[in-house]
Formats: sequence, C-alpha cells, structure tokens
Amino acid sequence: MLDFTYHRPASVADAAKIVGEIEDAKLMAGGMTLIPTMKQRLASPSDIVDLGRIPELKGIRRDGADLVIGAMTRHADVASSALVREAIPALASLAGQIGDPAVRHRGTIGGSISNADPAADYPAGVVGLDAVVETNQRQIAADDFFTGLFDTALEPGEIVTGVRFRAPDAANYQKLRHPASGYAVVGVMVARFGSNIRVAITGAGPSVFRAMEMEAALSAKFAVESLAGVSIDAADLLSDMHASADYRAHVVGVLAKRAVAAIS
Amino acid sequence: MGQFGIGQPVRRKEDIRLLTGKGRYTDDVHVDGQVWAAFVRSPHAHADIRGIDIAAALESPGVTHVFTGADLEAGGVQPLLYDLPFKDRNGKPMFKPARRILPTDRARFGGEPLALVLAETAEQAKAGAELVEIDFEPLPCVTSTARAGDPDAPVLYPEHGSNVAVHWENRAPDEIDALIAGAAHKVSVDLVNNRLVVAPMEPRCAVADYDAASDVITLYTPTQGIMTMQTAFAALLNIPKNKLRIVAQDVGGGFGIRSKRYPESIAVAWAAKKIGRPVKWRGDRSETFVSDYHGRDQVNHAVMGLDRDGRVLALRLETIVNVGGYCGDNGPRLPIDGGGRIIPCGYDIEKFYFSVKPVYTNTVPTDTYRGAGRPEANFIMERLMDAAADATGLSRIEVRRRNLIPTSKLPYRTQMDFVYDSGDFIGTMDMTVKEADWDGFAARRAESEKRGKLRGIGIASFVEQAGGRPTEEMRVKLEADGSATVYAGTFSHGQGHETVYAQMVEDFLGIPFDQVKLVQGDSDTTPVGGIGTFGSRSSMMGGVAIRRSCNQIIIKGKRIAAHLLQAEESQVRFEEGLFKVNVSSVSIQEVARAAADPSKLPEGMKAGLDENYLFEREPDAMNFPNGCHICEVEVDPDLGIVQIVKYTAVDDCGVVLNPLLVHGQVYGGVAQGIGQALTEDAVYDETSGQLLAGSFMDYGMPRAHHFPHMVAHFNESQPCKTNDLGVKGAGEAGACGAPPAFVSAVVDALSPYGVKHIDMPLTPERVWRAIADAKSKRAA
Ligand SMILES: Cc1cc2nc3c(=O)[nH]c(=O)nc-3n(C[C@H](O)[C@H](O)[C@H](O)COP(=O)(O)OP(=O)(O)OC[C@H]3O[C@@H](n4cnc5c(N)ncnc54)[C@H](O)[C@@H]3O)c2cc1C
Repeated sequence: MLDFTYHRPASVADAAKIVGEIEDAKLMAGGMTLIPTMKQRLASPSDIVDLGRIPELKGIRRDGADLVIGAMTRHADVASSALVREAIPALASLAGQIGDPAVRHRGTIGGSISNADPAADYPAGVVGLDAVVETNQRQIAADDFFTGLFDTALEPGEIVTGVRFRAPDAANYQKLRHPASGYAVVGVMVARFGSNIRVAITGAGPSVFRAMEMEAALSAKFAVESLAGVSIDAADLLSDMHASADYRAHVVGVLAKRAVAAIS
Repeated sequence: MGQFGIGQPVRRKEDIRLLTGKGRYTDDVHVDGQVWAAFVRSPHAHADIRGIDIAAALESPGVTHVFTGADLEAGGVQPLLYDLPFKDRNGKPMFKPARRILPTDRARFGGEPLALVLAETAEQAKAGAELVEIDFEPLPCVTSTARAGDPDAPVLYPEHGSNVAVHWENRAPDEIDALIAGAAHKVSVDLVNNRLVVAPMEPRCAVADYDAASDVITLYTPTQGIMTMQTAFAALLNIPKNKLRIVAQDVGGGFGIRSKRYPESIAVAWAAKKIGRPVKWRGDRSETFVSDYHGRDQVNHAVMGLDRDGRVLALRLETIVNVGGYCGDNGPRLPIDGGGRIIPCGYDIEKFYFSVKPVYTNTVPTDTYRGAGRPEANFIMERLMDAAADATGLSRIEVRRRNLIPTSKLPYRTQMDFVYDSGDFIGTMDMTVKEADWDGFAARRAESEKRGKLRGIGIASFVEQAGGRPTEEMRVKLEADGSATVYAGTFSHGQGHETVYAQMVEDFLGIPFDQVKLVQGDSDTTPVGGIGTFGSRSSMMGGVAIRRSCNQIIIKGKRIAAHLLQAEESQVRFEEGLFKVNVSSVSIQEVARAAADPSKLPEGMKAGLDENYLFEREPDAMNFPNGCHICEVEVDPDLGIVQIVKYTAVDDCGVVLNPLLVHGQVYGGVAQGIGQALTEDAVYDETSGQLLAGSFMDYGMPRAHHFPHMVAHFNESQPCKTNDLGVKGAGEAGACGAPPAFVSAVVDALSPYGVKHIDMPLTPERVWRAIADAKSKRAA
C-alpha cells in the first residue's frame, strides 16, 4: 500500500469539500473493498476520506411509511435491526447473508452500492425493493442508479448519504453463494407491491437487472406456475470458473421460483 | 499410567500460548538494522527473458540493492538439483533440469521469482520491485495436465523436446492386458485429481542475519525439519553446514510443502551475507498462491478386470502428474515411489501394471501435500471399486469385502514391495458400516426425499503409508531439578508435540507431564540426526527415539540408584518413576539430582542423565495407517448444491497416544479432503496461463458450515508390529478417506439418474450438469 493522507471529517459537507478539492481523494466506508485494492496496489489514492465518524450517515430510521438506512450502516446492523426485520424482513435476511461475520461488521450499505460489484447482494435489494438512493446532491431512483459493471450514476465526489426503502407487501431474497467469497453467484429479490411485482437479479450479469418477463408474468398472476415458461437469456450473463452463463440462467429460474413460493 | 500418560485425552499444552497470540512466528522476528526484501515475479506463464534492467529500481527511494540470478550465481549459489532416480523401460533416466534460484533466461510459470529488491521498508522494496524492467518475450504456454504431453503442446525445455519427463512403468503391460481382456467384468475410470493451493495459515517468511565474526548466517524460516533444511540450504548456498543456523519457533501449518527448498529463502540468506545487513522477506497471501508449491494435479486412467465373483484379476493404471514449471523436490516422486507406491492400497491384487508420466507445464511446481500421493492412489482404487460394484451387481461393501486383504494374510508383501504388518481392513469396514448405520440409510433417504433432497451414502476403505525417511534422532535430558527436556529432531508445526512427547516422558520415566519441556526449532540444539515432521512420522520415528532415549536413562539411572542405595545394579527395578531395591527406593528426580553431582556417582561415570537416540528402522519396517470412512450427503437437485449430513470415520492408527490429538488430525485431514472434493480448485486459464483462483476471493477453502458433526472412532485392535510403541501415522488418513467417500456418496445420491462419476471438486454446477446431462440422455 502506498502512503496517503488520511482525513476524518465530521460532516458530509466537510467530506464533500475534501473530495471536491483533491482530485485523487477517495471516500472510505468500511474499507472492505477499498483497502484490499490498495494493498494490492490496484488503487493508490493520494487521500482517504474516512466517512466513519459522520453521525448523519449512520443509523436506520422510519420516515413516514419509508425506512431510511444511513450509508454507513453496517450489514450486521441491518440484519439485526428490529425496524428492518419488521418492515422488510427480506432486506434483513439479505444483509445477513452477505459474506462472513467480519465482512458484515465492517461493510456498509453505502460502500456496497457505490462499489456496484456485479455479485453484491444489496443491488438486488435496492432495485428489487424500488428504493431511492439519497446523496448529498440529489435522489436517484434505484432503476437509474446502477449503470454497469462497477458503475453507478454517482458523479465524481458525490456522496451516498442513505437509501430510502418503502415496505413491500411481501418480498423474498434467494441466493446461491460463491464458494470462496460468499458473494452472490446469483441473487434474486422478488417483491410484491400490490399488483406490481419487481424481480431484481444480481450476480448473474455485469450489473443488477430486472427480469421484466418474470415481472410481467407474476404481475398477471403471482404464483410459481407463472414462471414456468419464462427463462433468462444466458447470452447476457457472466461466465467464470465458478459458474457458466447457462448455469446462472438456470439458477435465476430456480431461485425466482423459490422466492415466489416463499411469499405466495 | 496416570491422567497425563499415553492414551489419555490430554488437552494441548501449546494451545494457551498459540490461542492467546503468544506464539512466535517468523514474522515476529525483527533484527536490528534489517532491510526488507521484495521479489520481482514473472507476470507471464512462459517467456524468454532478453534482459533485466535494474537501474530505475536502484534509484527508487529507500532501495539499497537489487540482485538478479547472475549476482547470486557469481556469489556461488547453486541451482536446485533433484534426486529422482526414475527411468523409463529402456533405462533412459528422467529429464530433470536444474532450477535456477532466480533465472535470467526464461520464466516458466506466472509468479516465478526473477529478481530481489532490498530496501529500508517493505513498501519501498515493493515499489522498487515495480521498477525493475524485465524485457520479456512471451511464449505460448501449456497448463493442462492431460494435454501437456501432446505433440503440439508448447515445450518448456526445448533441449528435451517434450514436456514428458519420463515414462516410468513398474513392468511390461502385456500379461495384465491379457488378463483384463479375458475377465468376466471389466471396469474403467478416468479421473482428475484436482490441483490444490496448500494455503497454510502462516504465509511464507524468511529473515536472515549474518554474523561476520563467526561467518554464520542465521536463517529464521518456517520449516518442517530443521536439520534437513540446514543440510539442503547450506549446499545451495555453497557453505559448510556449520555456517548456517536454521531457526523456527512456531509454524502455522506445513502440510508437506514447508519441508521443501524454496528459492526465496535461499536468495534472502545469500543477500544477508552479501550486504552485511539482516534481510527480511514476508510473502503476502497473493505470493503464497503463486509461489508455494501446489498439491495433487494428476489425471488417471485405470482399468480393472474382475472374475465372475467380483474378485479383481488385474489392474492397469496410467497416471499423468503435472509437476509444474520445475521438478519440485518430490513432485514426480509422489505417484511413483512416494505415496503412490501404496497402489493397490488395501486390496489383494497381485497383477497390476502401473505407469506414470510426470509432465512439465507453465504452472507452479507441485509437491507433497497432506498424503503425498496416497490420497490420489486411494481415490483411484475406491472409484474403481464403486465401478466394480456397479458392474458386478454386488454391493459396494461386498465387492470391497471380497477384495480387501484379510488379516489372516498378513504380513502381506505388495507388488511395490511394501510389507503390511498389521491391520484389520475388513473388520474396520464392518465397524464403520455399523457406526454409520448403513442399514438404516434407506429410511433416511426416504425422509430426505420428502423434503425434495436426494440423499446418498458413500464408502471408502483406504490404506496409506507413514514414516518417510528411515531415521530420526531425539534427546531426553533430565535436569538437576527433576524436570525433563526433550530435544526433538522432529518439528511440531501444529501437531501438538509439546503435549504428546510430555505424555510419553511421564509414562516412560514418571516425570510429571507439566515438568517436561520440548525444545525444537534451532539447528544449534536440535539433534544432528533430526529429520523432521512429515509423512505422519513423528510418533513412529521420534516417539520410538524418545522411548529408547528413556530406556538408556533408565539403564544409567539404575546404576546411579544402585550406587545410592548401595545395592547391585541387577537388583534395581524401575517402576512408575521409582528405582526400587526391595523395600527402599529413590525417585527419578533424586537420581537426576545425584547425576548432576559427580561426587554422588559411581567411579568413572559421566555426570548427567542426558541421552539421545538415533533410531533407524529396518528397511521393511514400514507403517500402514488405514481406515474406512462413510459419508452421507443431501443434494439439492435443482441447484446441484451438496450438503454433507453425516460423516463417520473409523481409523486404525495403531495405539492411540492421545485421542484428542488424533481426532484433531482426523478432522483436519477430512476437512482438507472434503475441501479438495467439494470446493477447492487451483484453476489456470489455459490461454494466458494465469492462475484464476489466485486469492481467497476465488479459491474455495472449506468452511465450518460444510461439515456436520463428525464422529471418529478407532480400531485399536491392530497395533503396529514394526515399532516399539505400536503406533501408526495419523496425520494424513483423513485426506485419504474423505474424497472417495464423499464422491461415492454424491454419485449414490444421483444414482436415480444413472450418474456414475463426477470430477472433483463437485461444485453445484458440475452436480447440476451431471443431472441435466443424465436427464437429456434418458430423454434421447
Ligand atoms: C471477503 C469478502 C466477502 C464479501 N462478501 C460479500 C457478499 O457476500 N455480498 C455482498 O454484497 N458483498 C460482499 N462483500 C462486499 C462487502 O459487503 C462490502 O459491502 C464492500 O466490500 C464495500 O465495503 P465498504 O462498505 O467497507 O466500502 P469501502 O470498501 O470503504 O468502499 C468501497 C467503494 O465505495 C466508495 N464509497 C464508500 N462509501 C461511499 C459513499 N457513502 N458514497 C460514495 N462512495 C462511497 C469508496 O470510495 C470505494 O470506492 C464482501 C467483501 C469481502 C472483503
């Protein structure tokens, strides 16, 4: 790891100021992804802006019908939050399936979605639950937030402050774990908002995506049988040493059915 | 004897120290004035080197020196040569090129060290290493074991013209082929024994400190055997043995690869003397992946002929072993006269043909890894036995029963010249079948089916061989305060020797367990005949040497006791720590105190009770741990996920010195075996030759959640007949039993689909695909 200057601002405004002024500065949440990349010298920011001591980024709160999770909230805190478990148990379950205990106690929701790893779990939660990503500059609908492999709608220096979720009538998250990292080889979030159904898939493609055909079929009739004829095109999916695109396509189908079965 | 004697489940002495962070590993060693080392490694799997430019690196802040192989060789450093005697059928010896410590002409695997950069800090050394400019001419590469010998495969050593190092055969195949051709049943298997990253918890590390006054280099490094390392490294450094001191205190896992010679350690030791400053290198985890020897990596084709009754008539086995870019100290040996020599394991098969082709490829060299050829051999035999059950219609248990060597046939000399002295292979299998409730399996399967899961049960009966080299030296010294010190030639790197040797000394001499100290890990104090710990040998070799050192202490003690009690030496008995003559006695502690005082000794006797024993076992006095493991799995047929739900092991490791320690060895071995069979795979990209599974983010280590509660039992009815303690090795058995038992179980679960085999590791995709392929075959 190369030397860098360390900053620990006390407010989002201060953090924004530093990243606005220093070109090579990098925001750090729990450092779960950032630090390993620095140790391998794949990234060598001149300045690190630690978001860890900014009170406004922490915590989970109710805002009317919504649930707002601060960007710096750790996965373990989401998994064990009474508020989340009550309002959106599928989201608590998703957070509890991330990585291993060490990762869950350092990694954050803000860091996870900003990093936009194609195999991360939260993107499926954020898109599937039709959440809104809140930044220090604006609100970004989940559908617009994830733009590609490790790519988001965030502008340079823009800071995620939290994610606003609305509670679905029911939702379920299913995941096939990567044998080494625990990331999602495939993760499927199915959420039902009245007659509107959302199906978000992570791990399978270069970025989280919605399975529109599945959504349509399930909106017509929310039942496992509705998915019978619906398949995902393997051509758009990832292939690697752990899972071929074919297999991923198959797994999406199985997990989607299991998620639907769990909440039908 | 006693609560801490042999056979007692004594908790490990070393655990408090190790678990509370008090262990002292090589990385804990810092020497004043040390510089840090970083290695420049080949980014290419295969490339010619046209030049190495170190100028920019030398200019880099903090960098003190940059060395290439040319510097080392000018300084007398020798290349790695290999003592591998294999020949082909025509007597042509194996091609075994020397490995230069830091080559300057060609890189043969990604990660190969090519230059050494020294700097004031570790970060400066790494930054400097990035500035060493190597002019590479990339070459086509080959990584595949099966294809390395193809005529069109890129060749690593043009001077040899082929990647096949030798085609070794145990005999001519004709008679065997004829027997197989005429057999009532013929079965064959094609197997992949997947390449593994050994991944000990402690990454590799070396600290070298040169003392000009004595001209001695002290090398701190993890190892499995201090004296063997001293001999080997002194030769490579081209210095006398007494000018190299090797020190290792705690070592975080060995698994075979720690006993090997590594270029990095040699370069670091040489550099410390060259520059006159201590040098420290700490390999990081990524380096460990591409520079520690890998394990396994064979493909096997085996054919077996059986008579109408399911008795094996003949076996033909062809193995290709991928030794990587260079030989490795033992790589080519493993399937031949290393562990692979155990073929045909526990089965009474006199007629077999056995051929091995070690092949060079652009991969990390492979070498010994827990079991060192025996897990591979047992895997082959067990997959064949399952195939034989399938072909003959006999149950998997029955076909084994008909072919296992019965105890009545022991001692049994195998065709590869091993003499099995003891064992109850059939009895051990029967015990396992009973403990695992094999007969109740149908009901469990039906219950799983109700939950949509396929349940399978698998069995593996195995025999392995322990002991390695035929000598070991230990020293037992009684101190004047009545305590004892064991100076070990073996080297505990996690096995619990502090505990088990203390149990022995308590048992043999009556000195309390907590007053027995272990000294190991320094060539200044390690007995000269020390070899080390690998091949499950410490108890059967080191333990015997302790027993005999203690016997010598007792003999001398009797003379001292006789003198103290004014009796005839022949009247003295030694029992439970007391030297007795009629009703009077002196304790061993009193004798030890007297021994330190020349005035209390008989005329002419040397002071002290300090005995060492160099144990040399008879050539035939081998050691054959064996056992039977039964694994039960549930398969999720939609996703292909396999969960182990029950695991039963019965091991025959002879006399059990400490059941807690042996259970630990069994569990650890099973975990590593399941790792190989379920999650681990050191996959290379065939085009670029890059290691794809190059970190713990991609390389699947087995996890606690993969394992159910495991039950391990012992069959202690067959003590080993070839050593004083009756012990057999215990360290590697688990890794032999687990892969075949597991694969057998998954294939059994998939039997409704007619699946016969799935290659390791049995990833969800492979299992799912096996089912999908079987379904579509049926439909067609
Ligand atoms: C071994 C391991 C296993 C893992 N397994 C899983 C898994 O199973 N599922 C899963 O989903 N994830 C997994 N992860 C990822 C983990 O959960 C973290 O979410 C992820 O690594 C991000 O870590 P972090 O929150 O500490 O962010 P950091 O590493 O600190 O930052 C990541 C990136 O996001 C940027 N960033 C951070 N916070 C903000 C912000 N508020 N606004 C704008 N940009 C920001 C940083 O600049 C950086 O580029 C795993 C990670 C590891 C190391």
